[in-house]
Amino acid sequence: MNAAPAQRVEGHIVLSARNIAKSYGSVHALKGVDFDIRRGEVTTLFGENGAGKSTLMKILSGVVIPTSGQILLDGAPVRFASAADASARGISIIHQELSLAPNMSVRDNVFMGREIRTLTGVDFAEEARRTRALMRDLEEDIDPATPVEDLRLGQQQIVEIARALSVNSRILIMDEPTSALSASEVEVLFKVIRDLTAKGVSIVYISHHLEEALQITDHAVVLRDGAMTAKAPRAEIDLEWIVRNMVGENFDLGRPPTGYAMGPVALSIEDAVVTEPSGHAAVDHLSLSVREGEIVCVYGLMGAGRTELLEAVAGRTRLDGGRVLFAGRDVSRLSIAERIASGLALVPEDRQRDGLVQTMSVGENLSLASIGAFVTGLFTSPAREKVLVDRSIERVTVKTSGGDAAIGSLSGGNQQKVVIGKMLATDPRVLLLDEPSRGIDVGAKAEVFRLLAERAREGLAVIFSTSEVGECLSVAHRIVVMRRGRISAEFGPDATKDAIMAASGESVSH
Amino acid sequence: MSVKQDGGFDIGRLLLEGRAFFALIAIIVVFSLLSPFYFSVSNFLTMSSHVAIFGLLAVGMLVVILTGGIDLSVGSTLGLSGVVAGYLMQGVTVDALGVILYPPVWVVVILTCALGAFVGFINGALIAWFKVPAFVATLGVLYVARGVALLMTNGLTFNNLSGDVDLGNTGFRWLGFNRLFDVPIGVVILVVVALTASVMLSRSAFGRWVYATGGNARAAELSGVPVPFTTITVYVLSGVCAAIAGLVLSSQLTSAGPTAGTTYELTAIAAVVVGGAALTGGRGTVRGTLLGAFVIGFLSDGLVIVGVSSYWQTVFTGAVIVLAVLLNSIQYSGRAKTAPAGSGTPPSPAPVTPS
Repeated sequence: MNAAPAQRVEGHIVLSARNIAKSYGSVHALKGVDFDIRRGEVTTLFGENGAGKSTLMKILSGVVIPTSGQILLDGAPVRFASAADASARGISIIHQELSLAPNMSVRDNVFMGREIRTLTGVDFAEEARRTRALMRDLEEDIDPATPVEDLRLGQQQIVEIARALSVNSRILIMDEPTSALSASEVEVLFKVIRDLTAKGVSIVYISHHLEEALQITDHAVVLRDGAMTAKAPRAEIDLEWIVRNMVGENFDLGRPPTGYAMGPVALSIEDAVVTEPSGHAAVDHLSLSVREGEIVCVYGLMGAGRTELLEAVAGRTRLDGGRVLFAGRDVSRLSIAERIASGLALVPEDRQRDGLVQTMSVGENLSLASIGAFVTGLFTSPAREKVLVDRSIERVTVKTSGGDAAIGSLSGGNQQKVVIGKMLATDPRVLLLDEPSRGIDVGAKAEVFRLLAERAREGLAVIFSTSEVGECLSVAHRIVVMRRGRISAEFGPDATKDAIMAASGESVSH
Repeated sequence: MSVKQDGGFDIGRLLLEGRAFFALIAIIVVFSLLSPFYFSVSNFLTMSSHVAIFGLLAVGMLVVILTGGIDLSVGSTLGLSGVVAGYLMQGVTVDALGVILYPPVWVVVILTCALGAFVGFINGALIAWFKVPAFVATLGVLYVARGVALLMTNGLTFNNLSGDVDLGNTGFRWLGFNRLFDVPIGVVILVVVALTASVMLSRSAFGRWVYATGGNARAAELSGVPVPFTTITVYVLSGVCAAIAGLVLSSQLTSAGPTAGTTYELTAIAAVVVGGAALTGGRGTVRGTLLGAFVIGFLSDGLVIVGVSSYWQTVFTGAVIVLAVLLNSIQYSGRAKTAPAGSGTPPSPAPVTPS
């Protein structure tokens, strides 16, 4: 651990949130959270996916209206009608998803909606001058006239940060600002943050890189399942404290299923290459195989190439090299439908974008990948479809009023079970799951992994990817760590978190 | 579709979801009060044979719109189909053999439908294989098909479509003029096409592919739905529907002009929208679309019968379309609200660890 920053006098509280709750229908995203932001200090918010971090930040920046609770700004209660309202009071946010217009220049993006107007129109020269000054502060050599789409993802993030800095906010919220930045860019960002706090600006910081966040934070707050589990100043905490409070002390996702013999190799990926349009190899000569009944976890950071690998194996994208052997033959030229028919199915990462058809019912979603199973001649058989749907609902334990319910009426965890149930209904022999636990709660996570363990026992070969170490260590027989498109290490179920994280490039000794 | 299982009888919801039906009833009642000639079987049948043309186009358009696409070329395809049918009915001169072929009517019908399918295939291939946006691809085909029709006829109209007993190619008038149990053949064709489309959409695997492609093409593709095939096929079906409509129209008029069907694509889209389908794809039914076609057809014919100027008809039709789209967005935004945004968290209380 680095030495904690010199003990400062407890900063004056600029903004405090009291008992904030937010519900989406029956889903409680936040359950009465208290949160303080102090002048000139960095408050870091820790928590797993779906813990409610982003929701809380959206409430503090006026993007989302809380269901109940109170926000005090300088001790006086306030209500933010909109993001513009919060921004006018000096609160700005750098969103996790980039919100830039890629077709416009860096200058236009930085001043979007706040153009410097004169009698003769927009003062582009002044905008460009200020943008250049901001870029100088961020030590990034970006010409203000460059279109944003020509920039690397990391540089785009810099532009996003520059835009937030250009408003001169009192409170700056950064939601995963470093996810696409290189180590040196992170260093610069931290220097900028220190400059800002010295000027009295308060920072709220969210990051999945716990080590990195520990370097910059003054106060830590941990959220779990929409409630605050702990808070403490930097001097009193360490990495272990954060992890313990994030996942809970007796948190158990199950363990690898045992007591049966694994079958022969079901799927083998040989020397796979996936090249991005930019020429960068997302998957770089990677080989991996999985046996019947085996659960393999692919761990890696964002951008390690996990999604690219799984999508190429499932047939969504083409392999640029190598082959995929399944049931003894090369399937790398088959269509998605042919791969599904032969028993190779993918549960995609983003269930809203790639998994569900929102206009269809729960039942129609569940049966979408196996329509052939209930078609006689030209027509579908509603009776046989209902049998299939009801069996799927029972098997993957979807909590729903029935197959006719709208897919949107389900919670995130149950929607994910529908996507998994849809692919299981095709009777796969190999199931690929890309981040199956993304955005679902701990209870649903445990059920998803229990389901995978059950099916593995019946001979299903499972490959799933994750960015949470705890999940690898729970159900996988084998843990494969991906880094820059290659396998950097392989572990058994008895590996330690530190070893896995180190292999992924999350350097513990920064 | 509401999450709340409220047992109460929600009159507002019923009116909203059955709006096309209630609008049709209202139109019939109002015009029956305004004109003594409106409410009669013979008038309904006459109006229905007008509706048949738009109805056929609208059913094809619905299938395309369900996949999230749009087919602007149907009006031109209708015109081109009529011209080609007329051309074939005049006899095809084969110079090499020195003979003039007079194909029988059934051959003309099949060739014309094949032409419609071909035009649709070009649309579909441009969209599915070459990734041209549907709006642009079908807009281009709209111009090309119209231009070909004008070239083929030099801008003139084929008038002699009745054939000749000696040549054995009579019967073209049957499509537009004859009646089956007093119902115009055009209406019978519309009913058959609509029933086929309805069964196809609700009961066949292809129908499921159509709805899934329009609802979320990426998810459909990852579930093994052949999205490019589905896309091409819906445009082929729309082209065939337009060709059938072209045959019925030129038979009703006993002439085939190259400008027939101009702007009909817009009426077809309007019928689909008034029938409650979402232009974003994935939502809509044949029943709704037919109601939409009848609402538009009965309204404009009613205005003619009560003697309102045709300029006012245009204004009324436009108002009905805007109103329908407004109600669509009310209905679908109500549904969207029931979907929780992205992630979910459980209602179980988590223990708070004091630090």
